[in-house]
Amino acid sequence: MNEYTLPILFGITTGTLTRLYMLRTDYRQYPTYLHGKIIHLALGFIAAGLGAVAIPSILNEEFTAITFLTLAASQFREVRNMERNTLTELDSYEMVPRGKTYIEGIAIAFESRNYLVIFTSLVSVLGYLLFNIWIGILFAVISLIISKILMSGGRIADIVDVEYMEPRFDGAGLYVDNIYIMNIGLPQRQEEILRYGMGFILKPKNFNSRSTIANLGQRQAILHDVSTALGVYRDSGTPALVPLAKRDLDDGRVAVFVLPQEKNIDKALKIIGAVPTLENAIRMPTERNTSKEGS
Amino acid sequence: MVLEKYILAVITTNPSKIPAAPAVFSCDSKEEMESIAGNLEAILDGIAHALNDELYVIVKH
Repeated sequence: MNEYTLPILFGITTGTLTRLYMLRTDYRQYPTYLHGKIIHLALGFIAAGLGAVAIPSILNEEFTAITFLTLAASQFREVRNMERNTLTELDSYEMVPRGKTYIEGIAIAFESRNYLVIFTSLVSVLGYLLFNIWIGILFAVISLIISKILMSGGRIADIVDVEYMEPRFDGAGLYVDNIYIMNIGLPQRQEEILRYGMGFILKPKNFNSRSTIANLGQRQAILHDVSTALGVYRDSGTPALVPLAKRDLDDGRVAVFVLPQEKNIDKALKIIGAVPTLENAIRMPTERNTSKEGS
Repeated sequence: MVLEKYILAVITTNPSKIPAAPAVFSCDSKEEMESIAGNLEAILDGIAHALNDELYVIVKH
């Protein structure tokens, strides 16, 4: 035991608790089971350890110890690779795949959460050493709140208006509103689609969101989330019964066609609205200043 | 080999309209055409698309 033992233990505890708090199993169903959770808790613990020893080593004038943080960076980049590889492997067996953009978003989140853990344990140890344990706890709570704000991204409902629209057939062509989805030849399939199918029109609120929902990864994420929450009327070997999202080239509206097991319009509208806007899909063409020369 | 966007079979009640295609099933009635298209859709894992009333194609997407 020395003067730093308690602060370091305190930092490790707050860091690990932060990781535990950020490790929620929600509708995305990932990670669900204990094994997946243990991996992330263990990595969170390591991250907390790294964050906790940073301040004591500076106070001891052991500046080279800080270089360990660079080790952490490469370590947690591995976490991102691990998540990406696992989810990509599993994606081919999903009825409605997540899509690469969604997977990348999840992988980035897992990596960045470890950095938030380092940050939390670092500032809580700082608070403990400079003042006392209560200030340390206060710092930990503040950084937890900051983590929470940083973690939550935008939702689809923020950038589009979602509206229900009954799908219809014009000859063999399936339409949602005036947007063509696909050609279904067999009358029997057409009946199934009219019975189970639901159509939604996503109307962009501004020019930026028009580009965001045009992103194929974003559209796949919407289809995946709706199909996860409401079930999906399809099986392998029935490629005609596939949820699709198509775009109106004239005004950028996107028609979402899904085949849920449970045909509940209110619930579906809520689910589509709550789909996260993927950070890799966000485009902001209006942020470009065209009046300036160069760049 | 992975086939994508490929016409696997053509089912028709009017064979005179079909060029040299991979597999042509000429049928006597619309009902027969629909049942063959339905079976082929399941067997080939493709989608039966209707080009018009007398011509269906099975396409792998």
